Amino acid sequence: MTNPFFNRDIISIKDFSRPELKYLFSIADKVDSLDYERKKELGRGKILGLLFFEPSTRTRLSFEAAMLSIGGNVLGFAHPSMSSVEKGENLADTIRTIESYVDAIVLRHPMEGASRFATEVIAKPVINAGSGTEEHPTQAMIDLYTIMKVKGRIDGLNIAIFGDLKYGRTVYSLIYGLSKYRPRIFLVSPPQLKVKREALFGIDDKIKVSEHKDITEIIEELDVIYVTRIQKERFPDPHEYEKVKGSYIIDSELLKSGKDECIVMHPLPKVGEIAPEVDNMPNAKYFLQVYLGKVLRSGILISVLNPDPYSLIDS
Amino acid sequence: MSEEQLVRKIKDGTVLDHVEQGRALQVLEALSIDGKDGNIVTVAMNVPSKKIGKKDIIKIGNRFLKSEETNRIALISSRATVNLIRNYQVIEKRKIETPNTFVDVFKCPNPTCISNSNEPIRPIIDVLRKSPPLLRCRYCSRLLSPNEVI
Ligand SMILES: [Zn+2]
Repeated sequence: MTNPFFNRDIISIKDFSRPELKYLFSIADKVDSLDYERKKELGRGKILGLLFFEPSTRTRLSFEAAMLSIGGNVLGFAHPSMSSVEKGENLADTIRTIESYVDAIVLRHPMEGASRFATEVIAKPVINAGSGTEEHPTQAMIDLYTIMKVKGRIDGLNIAIFGDLKYGRTVYSLIYGLSKYRPRIFLVSPPQLKVKREALFGIDDKIKVSEHKDITEIIEELDVIYVTRIQKERFPDPHEYEKVKGSYIIDSELLKSGKDECIVMHPLPKVGEIAPEVDNMPNAKYFLQVYLGKVLRSGILISVLNPDPYSLIDS
Repeated sequence: MSEEQLVRKIKDGTVLDHVEQGRALQVLEALSIDGKDGNIVTVAMNVPSKKIGKKDIIKIGNRFLKSEETNRIALISSRATVNLIRNYQVIEKRKIETPNTFVDVFKCPNPTCISNSNEPIRPIIDVLRKSPPLLRCRYCSRLLSPNEVI
């Protein structure tokens, strides 16, 4: 397969096919297997622009670490107060300016559709690191990659997505990503935070999806539990939040009632929705997810910036 | 009073007949017809019609609207008919068809959509399904029904 990622914008997970994801995962595996010095050669001389119009330390550091680990450089800003945006400059002008300095742009923006718009303004590749509440395609790729690495497959797995399914930025991209495979999806959330209907548009006929309030009803069937944080600000009534919070926690007792090899994932940061004792259980894979996140993002950057990453890696 | 008397015939131009009652001004807006070019534009609203009860009629002098233009009104008035007139004669008659995409016709109702910002951007709404119509904003991906954008 010729590199399907070269010079390509990464805006939505929907734009990528299963064979393309397979290609990316194999590039990431290759990169991960290289020693430090070899890795440093892959991105030498390349510059990545990190434009965070909305702060997200985790995502930014992951991209930065990914770029540095392949020997590339980064520039940009972590917060709009550090850019000309404060002076009233629009997004179009800002990215046109930065485009002259870099080989690709990673963009995080509070408005939905900002990345799609950015691709119309500049010619260099744009990687969406989250715009508005809608999509976070590289996180979804990381989630799929992690499941592949740990389970060896996604087809046929029973996967629960748990917590805030309405506002969770990663949830929609993950559901779309999973729909490229053949898992069984269980959506587990309080009724107030159920997934928006449109999240399932066009995919509910492709994969089996069901909605649940109580995870204990299905725990025995699960191979993967993907946990998201329930945010206090989503609840007008603080009592309501406390009530919901208490019943949406993954702890060792719950995990012991499920399959031994059931894994727990989380896009992080977590703040109490996973009991601390779980961190030390073999089921916990969220820190592995962080590591694989850097690896996969290195794979994305190499593939976006080079026409033939295989020959680069094998040379 | 007959229709003929109510709206005078035009020599050359486009007549939009059977426009949904009360939608004439929206139709003009969607077609970006504001009268500034100096040509005569006649609008009649609430005209009795045998076919659809009451209708609006728009006559635009000296302009021959192409289907790309008139299809912009598909969601506003799908039953409208388009008549091109030359020298008082109808030279072409056609229906409105729903296009695959509306560019700069409707605004996305999502306030946090980039198409509603001060960026240099035209709203683009894709048509996912024509009947019943289902739309999606090209930018924020929100699914929309016609009554959310009209
Ligand atoms: Zn929109």
